[in-house]
Amino acid sequence: MSSAASPVLIEVEKVYKRFPLPEGKGEFTVLSQIDLQVRAGEVLALLGRSGSGKSTLLRIMAGLIPPSEGRVLSNGRPLRGPNPDVAMVFQSFALLPWLTVQENVELGLQAQGIPRQIRRQRALKAIDLVGLDGFENAYPKELSGGMKQRVGFARAFVLEPKVLFMDEPFSALDVLTAENLRGEIDELWNTQAFPSQSILIVTHNIEEAVFLADRVVILGSNPGRIRGEVKIDLPRPHERTDPRFKSLVDYIYEIMTNPEIPVTGEVAVPSRVGSRAPSPYALPLPHARVGGISGLLELIVEWPQGRVEIAELAERLQLAVDDLLPILDAAVLLGFAEVTGRVVQLTEIGQDFANTTILRSKDLFRQQLLARVPVFKSILQTLEEKNSRSMRADFFLDLWDEHFPHEEAERQFATAVDWGRYAELFEYDASEERLYLPDPSESSAASEPVGLDSRSG
Amino acid sequence: MRTFPSPEVLRRLPAGAADGAIILGTLVLLGLVAQVGAGTFERFQPPAVVPHIDLDPRNLPYYAARSTLRMFIALAFSTLFTLIYGYIAAKSRWAERILIPLLDILQSVPVLGFLSITVTGFIALFPGSLLGLEAASIFAIFTSQVWNMTFSFYQSLRTLPQELVEAVTLYRLSGWQRFVQLEVPAAMVGLIWNAMMSFGGGWFFVAASEAISVLNQEYTLPGLGSYVEAAVQAEDLPKLGWALLTMAVVILLVDQLFWRPLVAWSDKFRLEQSAGAAAPESWLYDLLTTARIPRLIGNWLAPSRELADRLLSHLTRLRWGDPPNPEAERRRERLLTQLSWAAIAGIGIWIVYFVTTTVGFGEVLLTFGLGILTLLRVSVLLVFATVIWTPIGVAIGFNPGLAKLLQPVVQFLAAFPANFLFPFATLFFIRTQISIEWGSILLMSLGAQWYILFNSIAGAQSIPTDLREMAVDVGLRGWQRWQKLIIPGIFSAWVTGGITASGGAWNASIVSEIVAWGSTTLKATGLGTYIAEATAVGDWPRITLGIGMMSLFVVGINRLFWRRLYQLAEEKYHL
Repeated sequence: MSSAASPVLIEVEKVYKRFPLPEGKGEFTVLSQIDLQVRAGEVLALLGRSGSGKSTLLRIMAGLIPPSEGRVLSNGRPLRGPNPDVAMVFQSFALLPWLTVQENVELGLQAQGIPRQIRRQRALKAIDLVGLDGFENAYPKELSGGMKQRVGFARAFVLEPKVLFMDEPFSALDVLTAENLRGEIDELWNTQAFPSQSILIVTHNIEEAVFLADRVVILGSNPGRIRGEVKIDLPRPHERTDPRFKSLVDYIYEIMTNPEIPVTGEVAVPSRVGSRAPSPYALPLPHARVGGISGLLELIVEWPQGRVEIAELAERLQLAVDDLLPILDAAVLLGFAEVTGRVVQLTEIGQDFANTTILRSKDLFRQQLLARVPVFKSILQTLEEKNSRSMRADFFLDLWDEHFPHEEAERQFATAVDWGRYAELFEYDASEERLYLPDPSESSAASEPVGLDSRSG
Repeated sequence: MRTFPSPEVLRRLPAGAADGAIILGTLVLLGLVAQVGAGTFERFQPPAVVPHIDLDPRNLPYYAARSTLRMFIALAFSTLFTLIYGYIAAKSRWAERILIPLLDILQSVPVLGFLSITVTGFIALFPGSLLGLEAASIFAIFTSQVWNMTFSFYQSLRTLPQELVEAVTLYRLSGWQRFVQLEVPAAMVGLIWNAMMSFGGGWFFVAASEAISVLNQEYTLPGLGSYVEAAVQAEDLPKLGWALLTMAVVILLVDQLFWRPLVAWSDKFRLEQSAGAAAPESWLYDLLTTARIPRLIGNWLAPSRELADRLLSHLTRLRWGDPPNPEAERRRERLLTQLSWAAIAGIGIWIVYFVTTTVGFGEVLLTFGLGILTLLRVSVLLVFATVIWTPIGVAIGFNPGLAKLLQPVVQFLAAFPANFLFPFATLFFIRTQISIEWGSILLMSLGAQWYILFNSIAGAQSIPTDLREMAVDVGLRGWQRWQKLIIPGIFSAWVTGGITASGGAWNASIVSEIVAWGSTTLKATGLGTYIAEATAVGDWPRITLGIGMMSLFVVGINRLFWRRLYQLAEEKYHL
């Protein structure tokens, strides 16, 4: 439906977004050199993992937050303030609970100063379009999640925006409701009755992106940047049973699990990039709990030879990319699994870890941590240098703070504590906010310097 | 085909009766306000012409109405102040840095100590009329209500859900529309709750501010408080009993006719989107929603409301300027910091100058010592109230039936002005020869202890049933059960109650360390007595010093003690 000849509705030019780090320690780049166009008649999906800045990009395009550098053109004019050509559907609906369905839908029209009678008629039409007639006078709290989001759609439709923005509109709904509403929105778009010229949807759900979009733009993390785009060259509606649909989903899974692959539209061989580690604290730990990692490994080991396609795994687990990928990343980082193309394969140690007793698996985990994640060696060294064999948490947080915004630094710390505690490398006293080396008299296992072997470095 | 009558039909049925009741009620209310309000314009030319209090109990309804009117006028001003001050503090980063610390201090200043200053000021403003005294009394009530409400509003504005803010921004609501559609509604539940609690506390100040002696001069406003005062001077116990009864009836009436409907109405402003547990109910609110008249008036006014909305929206259109210049921001920041240091230094120099030229440093030490004595009383009170009321509160809280029954009673007790009970207690001290040095603790506790009790109840109720069942399951009993389950569970609620009780006790010390029965006056040694005596003789430097010292104590204890406990509660014992 879209072509290069269609008029450009929104254009993003060389946009950067940076947030200052606490205490003037420089800046954290959320978005780097974004160039993007939204054309008339297309459904465009922004797909990325958490931390890729996709929601930030959407908000910059909506004029809700200003870019640090670069500019956004809407309908040819540079944006200053909220984008008048855009209406948005929010993840958590963003309905005013004290207004009825009708009043919520009329909100944007009222702000434009449209007279009451006309406002009423247009709102009723929009409510009708989303299938909520009869609920005009209900309050949001009387509605189910799916119905609330329908109100969210009606409120956006009634403004007849040039571009409809959707910020993960189905992710707060249960699986069946989401499926149903997604189908209806798609149908509305396909029948040409849609009240806007284009749709821009932010999502972390690969299937959703392939199902709805004509073009999927893949965002990478740290910093958020555009890795490339995938054209969904299927006839609308995009049938899930179409073999091409499945191969597109698989392809995108592969791209998302292998950050080094260039996004070309064709499968490329992953190349190992030599790791450069200026500080052990700069390497981000994927946010996965130990329980999640071992759960995943125990699941994969059930497949023949411990090999499984990632898309299949995600389907089996009913997990969105955002939830699955950090766990997978952690397993790879620890050397329990390897990802080649679209397949994940347990390593020998990974198989061992999945099958053994708790005590032995703790030993394995500790060994892998010390060998492969430099930050743990650094923490241990710090603790050992202290006479008290302990250190304030602030000290480590400060080190992370230099590389991440404070909130992320705290999450890094929490993940490190979770892993370190499990491995019995150190203990953490939350009330004193201190890290301790374990008392050697209490636990013999922890005092042995397991894993401080030659493989590190 | 319908088998059941629709709600609309049910609603229409008794509407005629409801409309009649509403018309009647409105007329009665208007008539009352006109009648009572006229009294405020009485002639007043001290010392010759002062209002006279008639002790005949038949006058009590009139006096009660006068006091109530004062309360509502103060409430109206408090609401207006709250909306303006809170809005500015939340919207401007610069204003916030000054307004919020200021609010924190104002909140800790003992209101009663100010009466002498405001009374003389307001009398000068309205010569020859009672309006001056009236305004001073209203001002005293206002200062007791307003800070809580302002804080609540400011907090709500700062914690608006991000997506709602984005929605109204993207849909280009004007400043006015944002205010009435998002900001005020989102703050409504907290605002009404705080207003209700402060209003309860306000009765205490009505009673204290209607009859006071300033500059060797008795000032009396017709009202319930001055009736009590007159009865005390006449040593008339039955009359006191009538006054007490009237007060109780007034509190119940205001609750039924005003707060309950308001709370029931405000329930729709809850931000949690799920249908909550039990929605608050009120018969008057049901009556108002059943009747047709309010809706008719609403429809009739709709066009003019629309017009006003458009006009105000036009005036408050959002303008989008260039993004702020960080360099200029930093410069302004530096300037502001320098200015605040200059202000602090200026105030410090003024204090030293003030002390050396008027009272001398010896007096400062004296008031500090008196402050320690009062602090001891407040601490003893808190310890005793905790030891006695926490177990009772927990027992009530763990029993849902009992809690439902007793919670309104406890809230009523907290709202009941303790100073109405002081005469009885004073008489008791005189008869039993109990020293007022200890007795004043009991007087202070008459008002303050209830906050500990009802927060203990609320705290116990907030402990999840799962945890309580677990405690039974693992066999926790006696002290262990308290140590592991109850104390951590009710800790945050107790801290909230403790802060409120301690603030209330400091304020009450001004009226409870010095009490009278007829011609007998009992005086305890303490900062409260010091301030009350300085006020009576109009000794400005000592009034200022006394209030300053008390504020210092309250702010200091809040910072050093309560705030730390509060942080502990937030971080460690948050359920």
